Amino acid sequence: MAAAEVIHSPKPGKARDLAIDWPAELYDTLKLAGVRHMSYVPDAGHSTLIKLFNADPDVVTNVLTTEEEGVAIAAGAWLGGQRSVLLMQSSGAGNCINMLSLPVQGRFPFLALVTMRGEWAEFNPWQVPMGKATQAALEAIGLTVLRAETGEDLVETVAQAATMAFEADQQIAVLIGQRLLGKKKW
Amino acid sequence: MDRRDAVKILLDARDGALVVTGLGSPSYDVHAAGDRDDNYYLWGAMGGAALVGLGLAQAQPEKKVMVITGDGEQLMAFGALATIAVAGPKNLDIIILDNQHFGETGMQASHTGRGISFDKVAAACGFAEARELRTLDEVAALCPHLRAPAEGPRLFVLKITAENLPRSLPPRDAVFIKNRFRSHLGAAG
Repeated sequence: MAAAEVIHSPKPGKARDLAIDWPAELYDTLKLAGVRHMSYVPDAGHSTLIKLFNADPDVVTNVLTTEEEGVAIAAGAWLGGQRSVLLMQSSGAGNCINMLSLPVQGRFPFLALVTMRGEWAEFNPWQVPMGKATQAALEAIGLTVLRAETGEDLVETVAQAATMAFEADQQIAVLIGQRLLGKKKW
Repeated sequence: MDRRDAVKILLDARDGALVVTGLGSPSYDVHAAGDRDDNYYLWGAMGGAALVGLGLAQAQPEKKVMVITGDGEQLMAFGALATIAVAGPKNLDIIILDNQHFGETGMQASHTGRGISFDKVAAACGFAEARELRTLDEVAALCPHLRAPAEGPRLFVLKITAENLPRSLPPRDAVFIKNRFRSHLGAAG
């Protein structure tokens, strides 16, 4: 599938509606920041972004069995001169904690986009504990955690987080509020 | 098989391969063979070595990458073998120094002495090649093979003696070894 086929493209001259088209805008933002490498554990909220990256011949992608794999892979990519991003949902944040000692202690650029579960119109109670713990857990191991609740804010947040990660060697997770993702169709 | 001798044989024939080591004894073994700018030693992040190797291999497709780790370290990232097999890098070789024990914590028996064979697991995952080596002669014979092109990721289990040798400590400063490694590849700090 070509990337163009899955991008929700507005008509020429018409700006994207970031309330809906934020995944395509995030893709452009990350490409502009020099990201050529991506790893993911799937989440419904990331599905468009995953499709866009998987369809891009200039980007290497990895599907993971568990989120912490992506932390180590991103560090390896940086050792080899590549900028990598990790996509996951909040239930995977806890899996990453010890592996995050690698980017934190090695001062590797690290950028994760975390779709939130368990905090807004959540139907599955098992998602709630890790959703509540995500920000605190990631901060406890030393990450900078940012949050966005609107498409516009998210794109701006990710753009600056990419600068801080890849130019200033920071370890950053951007939490994407479940309110923005909408109620899961069940 | 003596682990230091086996690692020295592999590294003397590395031929420009970039090396990533798993925490504990594999880091000491690689350091004992000679500290180099193109070694990245892990001191923690257990389960991360082969995956750091994967990211590096994908970012540097023209270079060979060799991960040298232990059975306990790789056991913590069992699923990593599936991820690496699916990714399919042709420039990644994983060497598991298998003493069938958790050597750093009191020599407790690990899974590899109880029926789990990493070469069989890797083969089932779809690695291009996976086998077990038991002698230094077999390791010496492996070296020219490692330099030859591969069809996909390869994994070799080296059955080594369970013993704690004198430590040969690489730098603990993860930022220093990162920057040193990247400078070797021509990247900025």
